[in-house]
Amino acid sequence: MATRFDAEFLENVPDSRGHFGPYGGRFVSETLMASLLELEQQYNSLWAKPEFQAEFDRDLADYVGRPSPLYFAERLTRETGGAQIFLKREDLNHTGAHKVNNTIGQALLAKHLKKPRIIAETGAGQHGVATATVAARLGLECCVFMGEEDVKRKALNVYRMKLLGAKVIAVSSGTKTLKDAMNEAMRDWVTNVDNTFYIIGTVAGPHPYPKMVRDFQAIIGREARRQCLEKTGRLPDALVACVGGGSNAIGLFYPFLADESVQMYGVEAGGLGLETGKHAAPLNAGKPGVLHGNRTYLMEDENGQITATHSVSAGLDYPGVGPEHAWLKDTGRASYVAITDEEALDAFRRLTRIEGIMPALESSHAIAHGLKLAKQMDKDQILIINVSGRGDKDIHTIAAIDGISL
Amino acid sequence: MSRIKSCFERLQQQGRKALIPYITAGDPNPQATVPLMHRLVEAGADIVELGVPFSDPMADGPVIQLACERALAHQVSLANVLEMVAEFRKTDSTTPVVLMGYLNPIEAMGAEQFAERARAAGVDGVLTVDLPPEEADSLVPVLRRAELDTIFLLAPTTTEERIRSICEHSTGFVYYVSLKGVTGSNQLNTDEVAAKLGEIRKQSSLPIGVGFGIRDAQTAAAVASVSDAVIVGSALVKLVEQHQDDLPKMQDTVAGLLASMRAAIDA
Ligand SMILES: Cc1ncc(COP(=O)(O)O)c(C=O)c1O
Repeated sequence: MATRFDAEFLENVPDSRGHFGPYGGRFVSETLMASLLELEQQYNSLWAKPEFQAEFDRDLADYVGRPSPLYFAERLTRETGGAQIFLKREDLNHTGAHKVNNTIGQALLAKHLKKPRIIAETGAGQHGVATATVAARLGLECCVFMGEEDVKRKALNVYRMKLLGAKVIAVSSGTKTLKDAMNEAMRDWVTNVDNTFYIIGTVAGPHPYPKMVRDFQAIIGREARRQCLEKTGRLPDALVACVGGGSNAIGLFYPFLADESVQMYGVEAGGLGLETGKHAAPLNAGKPGVLHGNRTYLMEDENGQITATHSVSAGLDYPGVGPEHAWLKDTGRASYVAITDEEALDAFRRLTRIEGIMPALESSHAIAHGLKLAKQMDKDQILIINVSGRGDKDIHTIAAIDGISL
Repeated sequence: MSRIKSCFERLQQQGRKALIPYITAGDPNPQATVPLMHRLVEAGADIVELGVPFSDPMADGPVIQLACERALAHQVSLANVLEMVAEFRKTDSTTPVVLMGYLNPIEAMGAEQFAERARAAGVDGVLTVDLPPEEADSLVPVLRRAELDTIFLLAPTTTEERIRSICEHSTGFVYYVSLKGVTGSNQLNTDEVAAKLGEIRKQSSLPIGVGFGIRDAQTAAAVASVSDAVIVGSALVKLVEQHQDDLPKMQDTVAGLLASMRAAIDA
């Protein structure tokens, strides 16, 4: 039976225990349950308050610089041939990515909950920077966990976080990447639960995080929907966004879920190719399991051990994915595809040269698939691609691939 | 009656407290585990808690994380852990064995299959760290049908209402996490533990084991004075790590620490 994604149906997703169909939920040790229940209750009550929403909107406007433009990429459209390509410019946000929408929201919660200390996990460092930024602004102590591999890969963001006054802790356990940073942040949270607020950077983790982060990121889709109607007089035909944990994608998709004519494509990191096993595409090549507090698609071996991932972009290098995406996949409401490192790098160069916009390597995955898709669409159709962030943080990676040391 | 239940009843009649050592299965290598389990029993263990290695042990501190990594370097799987229990059972049919681990390896095997194989191997109880009772509706009945005890965690932050619901889902014993933190922390406060155990006892007559933060004979004795069982993990696993290249020495030091705890608890 097909699921009808009308407003009434969506009202109850997730359910009161955080389930998106069979996914999501709250799989944590008992030590964290009280904090999660408190967070959920406080979040529900604050989010229902117009004053809180007004405070959030004010920060997004005056501090982040929203609304971010919906830009018609005319030359890219012409050169690609096919659908009209619009870019949602999250790269123009303060700190350079969509991540700040969420950290602004969660920092407001931390302020209302009177927690003096903030922690976060980070992969590419964008969420870490966005967290350190709001912590600086609110005068909160900030501690960011980052896998040792990522500390090496993203030295610029590590330094930015330090300049902002955050302590960056290199995590050397497991695969030394994002998933291990998240483990370590959870461990810190269990230990310092009385004075610490954990700002999770994507729509993963235990309930209420996937819902809460989605609600904060949904500003992307609400704006895009309104802007598209204003500029073109109609809704887009398709949306494309990259999927690491899935926060920029769900932010774009969510306000369109009830618009049945709008197709949605989430783009996972295909790494060296799905057939090589060296990728980070759980929705394409994984299976359901439980990690980091929720049930979702995971990359795991036959014994249920989480496997190492690979992507040229640190922000997509994660073996899980937000539970709402798992559910959108199973219901068929959204489609999930994979783009390889090489295709993403090509798309990076293409957007840079054709439009003068340097996208983050994460976002380059969305561009790459968007261009494939646009070619198959008619000229009068509309495609929105989310440029989740800018590429400044990736310049060293790209230069190294070109054999240049900066 | 389950082996765990009769173990606690026997101890109660003797006026003694249970001592429950934890080791990670397959650490430092798969061959070391069964002999070490037997040594633990000789040194005074009443129940053996066997950790199932997992790639992402979120609730564990560095000591047990490294133990998982050592075991996983030998590809120790849940199926292998069950084989170890079966091997242990060949010469010990009385000491209860509790598996402690995370949900994903169990789901990967399949709950029904896991329950059946665990029972057949001689496992007595299962503690899944990242499975609160709210999410346990599919696993608990399956484990019960296989006559496995389901052990859940209680924490310093657990509310009265949750204590009731958790105890309702538990059989064998409940596991009280003595502190806010991961395994291996050392901020144990016995007075706080005693106060919380008082609250728990109002809701349930199940035996209460206390773990996290017990590192020597003295802390073991202090906790034993207020609880029904003392669970010790990181302090032992640390010794496994230190002597991983000399297995006889490793067994001697681990057994030595456990025996000193036994003596202090019984004194
Ligand atoms: C620019 C950018 N886009 C996307 C992502 C992936 O996260 P998500 O899938 O939650 O949007 C990141 C993560 O670091 C990022 O920095």
